[in-house]
Amino acid sequence: MIAVKPRSVLILWTAAASRTTILDNMATTAPPPTMGPPAEDAHAAPRPALDFEIVPRKGLIFVAIAVVALVAAIAANKLWPLVFLHVAGGAAWTIIDLFLGLVLGPIMGSMSIPSRLEFTTRLMPKMVLIMPIVVTLTLASGWQLGAHLGTVSSSYPEHAWVVASFIVVGVMAVLALGLLEPANIAVLFELKKPQPDPAVISRLMKRFIYCAGILGIMQVATLVIMTKLASS
Amino acid sequence: MTAGAHVMTERRHPPFTQVGMASLALIVTGGIYLSSNLSEHVSLAPAVALLAASALLLAGNLFSLTRVEGFAWWRFFQVAKWTFLAYLTTAGLIEFAFLENHTSGGPLIVLTLSLAIFAIEVPTLIAFTVARYAPSQPPGSVRPVT
Repeated sequence: MIAVKPRSVLILWTAAASRTTILDNMATTAPPPTMGPPAEDAHAAPRPALDFEIVPRKGLIFVAIAVVALVAAIAANKLWPLVFLHVAGGAAWTIIDLFLGLVLGPIMGSMSIPSRLEFTTRLMPKMVLIMPIVVTLTLASGWQLGAHLGTVSSSYPEHAWVVASFIVVGVMAVLALGLLEPANIAVLFELKKPQPDPAVISRLMKRFIYCAGILGIMQVATLVIMTKLASS
Repeated sequence: MTAGAHVMTERRHPPFTQVGMASLALIVTGGIYLSSNLSEHVSLAPAVALLAASALLLAGNLFSLTRVEGFAWWRFFQVAKWTFLAYLTTAGLIEFAFLENHTSGGPLIVLTLSLAIFAIEVPTLIAFTVARYAPSQPPGSVRPVT
């Protein structure tokens, strides 16, 4: 789906990068790379920009299908499609946040530099598409479902739990939209430059991983609230 | 790292992200307040105040950016126009859900304006984060002689 060429990425990396360039500083926990040119190559000509799409255009087809499904479900206002989109979207959102923040994040921190570059240029463009549509599916179908079932009404006995879910989602939205998503896109733009700035990559990646970790922890609160509502 | 890249990274910027997040937090708070009380008669005053404060922060934030010398506006607008399209779609879907639920009158106006700010705020945050690390001029462009 993405026009990343892992082999060429590695070749370019090992040929043009020095120990003091971009991904040496992508995270502070990584061991120094064991391969790389000697120090005098540090001022070599800029490498060609990495070949990957910031927004995978083929993925937009799936996004469009999801949007059409959401509009149809809301317009039909039938229980099953709304439950399907809300539960499927919510499960994907929760699992991705938990897995990225608490499992993949620490793993990325311990990966070798070339591996991390390859992984980042494959993962991050997909995240640019997946997260916004998954969040939109969950929230819009969830609101419609709440209206359909009457759970968003203030007369609903567990209304306090519903409001708690609004607050948790609100905090998560501000973090995700204000910090995580901009960092995600900015790191991709930086990686496409002929001479990426290692300090910028490091700063943005830290912001992304820490944010994903916090969101992952907050998803536990979402799970508590949603299971409470579903069982009441 | 080249000297040019160093200058690019070290350029001073206003606290755009922090102010933008505060603006976002205000409209989200207003949205939660209204959503929590939609089925009953609710005072719009708190939501309107939060919306106005959010709009002021957004306007002030954009104004502060115009004062930054050498800001990469070409990159800012390049990113902002596409992300605006994406978040306009998201806002439209949420608006559609409100309309389908017969939300009307004052609450609908406040929620619609909140969604409008959301659809502008998020793209500007993304575009700023990208543009702050971009060169002032697009690659290959000729810098005017002063």
